[in-house]
Amino acid sequence: MSYQFNIGCSLNNLKGVREFIRNSLTGQGVSDLEMGAIVLALDEMCSNLMIHAHHCNPDHHITINIHIPTKSQFVFEIIDDGSMFDINQFQEPEIDSLVHEKRKGGLGIRLVKTIMDKIEYVQEEGKNVCRLTKSV
Amino acid sequence: MVHIKRLQEDGIDILSIVGEIDASSSIELDLAIAKSVGEGFKKILVDCSALEYISSAGLGVFMSYIEELRDKKISLVLYGLKERVFNTFSILGLADLLNIRSNRQEAKTLVNELSV
Repeated sequence: MSYQFNIGCSLNNLKGVREFIRNSLTGQGVSDLEMGAIVLALDEMCSNLMIHAHHCNPDHHITINIHIPTKSQFVFEIIDDGSMFDINQFQEPEIDSLVHEKRKGGLGIRLVKTIMDKIEYVQEEGKNVCRLTKSV
Repeated sequence: MVHIKRLQEDGIDILSIVGEIDASSSIELDLAIAKSVGEGFKKILVDCSALEYISSAGLGVFMSYIEELRDKKISLVLYGLKERVFNTFSILGLADLLNIRSNRQEAKTLVNELSV
């Protein structure tokens, strides 16, 4: 089974991203807590991409694909054609330094890395594909 | 979308968050806490019972106030978090950095103890 969603890079569209993920995963045997965590991870990835690669330009679009190859396994793809923002290359700050430096960033990346099993980046047909894998 | 309602009770400023906090709405939370701090409240409660969702943008706001609150001797206690919202705090280990109680009564007790 697979699902697709296209959105402009406006932070106002994050709610739509969350609804798309929830609707697609409903009935797939995902617990409430797992659902919450997965929805959160996709929200974090999309907001990062919108802010850092697209400067919240609503005319720029990103695509989200969900593939469910086998029961309880989910593959999420976030596709865009901006500059690649690879969170694997980003060293998330320690929690202590976040408190001290009053930085309001870095937490999202930590969340995604904690929640997802695997985060990969590839180039396909000239586009950036970020592939997130999660088994529940 | 998020709405933050404020009311004062026994010298405590109570901020009630209604809705979802994400990267588009975390500024509302930031402004509400800044206002409470700016007005000189020493005891702040954050009612999260109608908070349906929070992303790192909202968590970051709470984190960013930890030192300022400590310096100004202001106590802030969150209460009424839904399980999935609490889970977001737990994943990052933030539940230990912030004061969180299950209901308003416990939160009031703690905020009063902390500001003694």
